[in-house]
Amino acid sequence: MSIAKSASKGVKPLRSTSEKTESRKAWWKRYLASMKYGLHVITHPFDGFWDLIHEKRGTIAAANTFLILFLITRVLKLLLTSFQFISAPIQYINVFQEMGSLALPFIILCLANWAMTTLFDGKGRFKDIYMAMCYALIPYILIQIPMIVVSNMLTYEEGSFYTVLLSFSVIWCVFLVFVGLMEVHDYGPGKTFIFLIVTIFGAAVIIFLLLVFFSLLGDALSYFISLYREIVFRLN
Amino acid sequence: MKRTVSFLFALMLLFVSAAYADDGFSTSYTYGYDYWEDVQESPDAYRVKTVLDSTNLGMDKLDNQVLRKPQSLFVKDQELYICDTGNNRIIQVHVSGDRYDVVRVINAVKGSAEDYELAESFNLKSQEYEKAITERVKAEEKLAEMTGTSQEEENSEAAAVMEEVQERVNEVLGTESTTEAPEEVSASDAEIEAATLALEQAREREEQIHQETVEAEEKAKAQGCSIWQYDAWQKDGEGNIVSVLNTPNDIAVDDTGNIYIADTNNYRVIKMDRDCNLIWEFTKPLDATFDQSQNFLPKKIVVDVAGRVYALCQNINKGLVKFEEDGVFSGFIGANAVSVSMVDYIWKRYFQTKEQRAQTANFVPTEYENICIDADGFIYATTTVFSEGDLRWDNAKPIRRLNSLGNDILIKNDKIPPIGDIEWISGGGEATGPSKLVDITVLNNDMYVALDRVRGRLFGYDSQGVMLWAFGTKGNVDGAFNGAISIEHIGHNLLVLDQLKNSITVFEPTEYGKTIYSAIDTYLSGEYDESAALWQEVLKLNANYPLAFRGIGRAVLRQNKYKEAMEWFELAHDRENYGRAFKLYRKEWVESNIWWIVLVVALLLIVPLAIGMIKKLKWEVIMHEHSKVRK
Repeated sequence: MSIAKSASKGVKPLRSTSEKTESRKAWWKRYLASMKYGLHVITHPFDGFWDLIHEKRGTIAAANTFLILFLITRVLKLLLTSFQFISAPIQYINVFQEMGSLALPFIILCLANWAMTTLFDGKGRFKDIYMAMCYALIPYILIQIPMIVVSNMLTYEEGSFYTVLLSFSVIWCVFLVFVGLMEVHDYGPGKTFIFLIVTIFGAAVIIFLLLVFFSLLGDALSYFISLYREIVFRLN
Repeated sequence: MKRTVSFLFALMLLFVSAAYADDGFSTSYTYGYDYWEDVQESPDAYRVKTVLDSTNLGMDKLDNQVLRKPQSLFVKDQELYICDTGNNRIIQVHVSGDRYDVVRVINAVKGSAEDYELAESFNLKSQEYEKAITERVKAEEKLAEMTGTSQEEENSEAAAVMEEVQERVNEVLGTESTTEAPEEVSASDAEIEAATLALEQAREREEQIHQETVEAEEKAKAQGCSIWQYDAWQKDGEGNIVSVLNTPNDIAVDDTGNIYIADTNNYRVIKMDRDCNLIWEFTKPLDATFDQSQNFLPKKIVVDVAGRVYALCQNINKGLVKFEEDGVFSGFIGANAVSVSMVDYIWKRYFQTKEQRAQTANFVPTEYENICIDADGFIYATTTVFSEGDLRWDNAKPIRRLNSLGNDILIKNDKIPPIGDIEWISGGGEATGPSKLVDITVLNNDMYVALDRVRGRLFGYDSQGVMLWAFGTKGNVDGAFNGAISIEHIGHNLLVLDQLKNSITVFEPTEYGKTIYSAIDTYLSGEYDESAALWQEVLKLNANYPLAFRGIGRAVLRQNKYKEAMEWFELAHDRENYGRAFKLYRKEWVESNIWWIVLVVALLLIVPLAIGMIKKLKWEVIMHEHSKVRK
């Protein structure tokens, strides 16, 4: 906005530190606006996701933030929820493993969806799909973080309130993923549903390929290592 | 590309390194499971007091016969009964302190001569009756051969047959030349007449003997005859009527001193008085509900306070055979429910052909392994036939407590139901799979101890189904078992019978075990503070004991120290009690901080309101100024 204003006044932008700070400020402004736009997306998903992509209301930075916040929420939930509602073996929890076990499938699902929908005239690019999926995680963050606090103020018998809200947050997220993909690819609901299932199959294929790749890599490595040993042994 | 590969490689390493090194296999003798189902080593709850074998029981001096394949133990007060099944005898041992004296050896039961005669007359009559039947059948066959008619229809209706035969005979006699009778009929008229006569005589005789047999049975019953297995009885040299035991598998003694023996290969359960005089023989029930093609093979018996006998029989899967005190069969109780999974049912019902269905096993309920009766008259039963998958979700129910209707009413308030070992990683030996609980004994306060034959382990549970301790192993040293088969208790001492080592291992509780017992006792008798102090003692010996955390928590809760109680319950992972303590704590907290809460709420309401008002006021002032300027 400030750039636009200054441009309209006819002042020529200078290549200086002040311009750099100006653009940084603009970036931050856009970032915060796109973060705030998330609230609009989750309450008005049909319009929200359309504008998110086509009106460039969302940013990748904000999407990254939501994904990271989602992972942090997940870990905080495991560590801080009252033991009455969650039985997490804290002594075994590896924070990075926990995060990885969520982030990796998430990325693989995005990738599988992109791979499948590009073949069947989906309009979304990978960036768009990723952004839509990340924005769809917002209800989880917004509901689960307060619920961590609430869980420490409730007893086991009063837990129905807690579980209802938790499942509500998950259902909301799933609904948003559905609508988000529908808007991103410009599909109908039926086609979106079919491609959700196809995506899961695609993800399975990707995981299979990864496993094959790593096992072959391991075999190749051990081959070269034994070759090297053999040579060293012969030389001596 | 290089960076991606190395990143993926690092990720893979991360997952590999996260695999647990701990295989959950315990190396200590005594152990327990924590909330996470991990094995927690524990101090010994029991130590071996002594091992009784044939030598230290003095059997070598008595009759020089060592124990052979003993199958069962029974304890009544201070008397220990050992079923020395392989030697067809029962050894009664009196236990006083550390002394184990053989009182007597029971290998036969004495019957009264009158009853023997009654049974003899009845049994002879019934044998005669059987003979008469075979004779009649022979006569029928002979006649049929002569007349060349098929015998099959005639067998069905005796009276009609008689007339029919008569008619045919007349036919043959009267119209021989024009008869349509088969050519091979070559018998003369006289012979046929003789055969007909013989058949009539045989019929009459059968009828008569049947009448006599019924009379003999009624007479025997009316005079209270106790002997029914006539074959098993014989007269000894002094004219006494005795019956020798044949593989006695179990024994029970009731409060009046009557002894009950499951005399398996004599197909009976014997009830006798303390001097081995027969009171009653429980034999195969002649009831339609009992499969008559099966022999009556009682393996395990229990007797309740009313003198009812419950017998666990081989090859009978309808539950326990129940006899009333007077020997009348009164049905089955506690049959295992047949469980069929949806998938199985649909597969069998809609996808298999009739032939396939006939070949695959039917859905039949399983048999019990062993039974035991507690002081309240509830029967504890164990079963070893189940699928591994059913164990964890409590569908298998290897331990059951049956009420009089035969329903399972065992209390299970722990995260894991009482199934013995929770993890069954094979320890390198032949021991694989879940625990197979072969016997169970019920201590005071509804605590029970189950015996696992797979790994030779004992599992103690309290009345709520929470594991107290587990110990034991396979092997030849004292305190290890090769073929653990039966368990009994005297007070808190445990006796375990090993059928391969032919010995009885007597365990006594250690300081640790005793403290656990007294902590439970004191809690149940309402002395909560003493109980908490005892649980503290337990914690000093074993810092990983969930029951102690809970016990202390409950005592602390009663002293209204909610915060402290919450901490204990959290350690014990006891949600219900934690919730109870937390509710009280929350109430107390709200009451003591009510003014702060009011203040915060007020601030949250008033501050925005005040700001709004100030803004509005400001705006009005500005507008006022503006209006002035315009004027």
